[in-house]
Amino acid sequence: MKIRDTAGDRTFHVVNVAILSVFTILVLYPLIFVVSASFSSAEAIANQEVYLWPVGFNAEAYSTVLASPNLITGFVNSVFYTVVGAIIGTVLTVLAGYAISRDDLPFRKSLTFFFLIPTLVSAGIVPTYIVVRQMGLLDTRWAILLPGAMSVFNVIITRTFYKMNVPNEMLEAARVDGASDFNFFFRVALPLSKPIIAVNLLFYGLAQWNGWFSAFLYTNSPDLAPIQLVLRELLAQSQVNPAMIGGGDVSEIIKRRELFDKLKYAMIVIAMIPPLIAYPFVQKHFVKGALIGSLK
Amino acid sequence: MSAPQQVTRRVLTGVERTTAEALEPSGAPERRRSTSLGTRLRRSWQLYVLLIPPVVYCVLFLYWPMYGLQLAFKDFNLTKGITGSPWAGFKYVEQFVSSYLFWPVLWNTIVLNLYALVALFPLPIILALLLNQVRSSKFRKTVQMITYAPYFISVVVLVGIVLMLFSPNTGIVNVPIRELTGQPIDFLGPDMFRHTYVWSGAWQTLGYSAIIYLAALAGVDPELHEAARVDGAGVLRRMWHIDLPSILPVTITLLILNMGQILTTGFEKVLLMQTPLNTSVSQVIDTYSFQVAFNSQIPQYSYATAIGLFKSVISLVLILLANWLARRVAKQSLF
Repeated sequence: MKIRDTAGDRTFHVVNVAILSVFTILVLYPLIFVVSASFSSAEAIANQEVYLWPVGFNAEAYSTVLASPNLITGFVNSVFYTVVGAIIGTVLTVLAGYAISRDDLPFRKSLTFFFLIPTLVSAGIVPTYIVVRQMGLLDTRWAILLPGAMSVFNVIITRTFYKMNVPNEMLEAARVDGASDFNFFFRVALPLSKPIIAVNLLFYGLAQWNGWFSAFLYTNSPDLAPIQLVLRELLAQSQVNPAMIGGGDVSEIIKRRELFDKLKYAMIVIAMIPPLIAYPFVQKHFVKGALIGSLK
Repeated sequence: MSAPQQVTRRVLTGVERTTAEALEPSGAPERRRSTSLGTRLRRSWQLYVLLIPPVVYCVLFLYWPMYGLQLAFKDFNLTKGITGSPWAGFKYVEQFVSSYLFWPVLWNTIVLNLYALVALFPLPIILALLLNQVRSSKFRKTVQMITYAPYFISVVVLVGIVLMLFSPNTGIVNVPIRELTGQPIDFLGPDMFRHTYVWSGAWQTLGYSAIIYLAALAGVDPELHEAARVDGAGVLRRMWHIDLPSILPVTITLLILNMGQILTTGFEKVLLMQTPLNTSVSQVIDTYSFQVAFNSQIPQYSYATAIGLFKSVISLVLILLANWLARRVAKQSLF
């Protein structure tokens, strides 16, 4: 049975689509603007002629970025931190999540609580800094990878996943066949965990790619800086620093000063593009993670 | 059918399965009770081996810093370490509470976070309600796809975009403002800082926060809507009487849990948006502690720890209170 829309409902649907369209454009506009500005001429940006599409299209800013060793190092470092951080975080999380999902684990409640306590009592930045310092990790890659390597929230999501997807009957059956806990974990549980491993890799990888604070706090050496920190330092400068973009004679520097805003836009694009490109393909995993997390 | 709906269906079947298991009388508990703890421990040693790496991680990077919180009551000395430094009693806590910055910093922390909560909490619900009414699934998917995207952007990039687009001199946002009012607005100045902070957060998180409500709305029985339409209820009345009540439980839970987190969010973003000109509104407990420890002539680690501890204690009380409320009101809890 089909019910005809009333006039009021028709109006609602029109207004609804209008509101959502405006909202979507508001979300999209800054992203488009940043990309367009990075491809516009320096004068067009300075004269505020860029509104939507690039004015005086050129890719100068990107060739400058590619010619700058600092920025390249930052990009390579970020790729490294993302890959290694995702692996470390996922391994720790899957191990913890699986073990505390097992009903027959003695002291399961206490162990779960052991993982939860740090979410209640945060030690804060200063004590963590002192500890990292006492371990001798300052100014090493470990200081960027380790202090935030595992998130308790992800452990809880992973535990919930195992409770739902690896039922006790499976374990009982494997036991009858003589499987040890190791056998069961590596041969049965892990092969079933692909979705939750994907969720973890993505959560941790994204956090590392987007992270800057650990590098800012624990390291000084520019060789270790991830791209977000390079960007942050670039944004903090109101004046162009010739060392940052490769030096040269005075006229070069003046020309480059004009390029500066443009360069900032290009750096923003480079720092935000990898997650945005990956995102359409991986968003279903994030949605899944958010929903499992909301269950408990 | 959109992605979240499919996922909820899968998630919900999972829940049913676990509840079914819980209800079914299983032989396991009886058997367990008859075996001694020693036997059970010996039988589970392999599980404990699996737990070694995460437990070692937690001890080193979460519990050791927690042990370091005692610095708040000590005169910290780098060479003597956490344990060896002499006790100082409540000196640093008192120093913070009686400091002339105590009330402004506390006020800034509460206002900024409360503003963010009040402004940003209802919006994802409204977005989800509106999206749920969209009939063209192509349009709905496009809107969702675009509005989730900013969630994946780093806080440095977000603040970078704000700095560039909202700059008083060169920002594109100030072009029409200057045209209309004659002078640009300094969006990072003391008058605008809080608005810029909160609404840039809205830009980043609205789409993502709506996911959970959309999932709850997907569970609403379409027959309820059909029946209401037959009775002549318009869209708005159906949203009010059918959709809203059905997402109320998840709304209450999220509200309470968000209230528990009220002091703990946004430190990195505030730090990035802080300028010498806006500290009168942007100095919150976390940034003040950070400044005392890392941006002063002599690093005052003990004082900074005391400031951080003050916040940790209030947060703990708030989280426990929120959890207790969630258990009472929504019959849900975090632990």
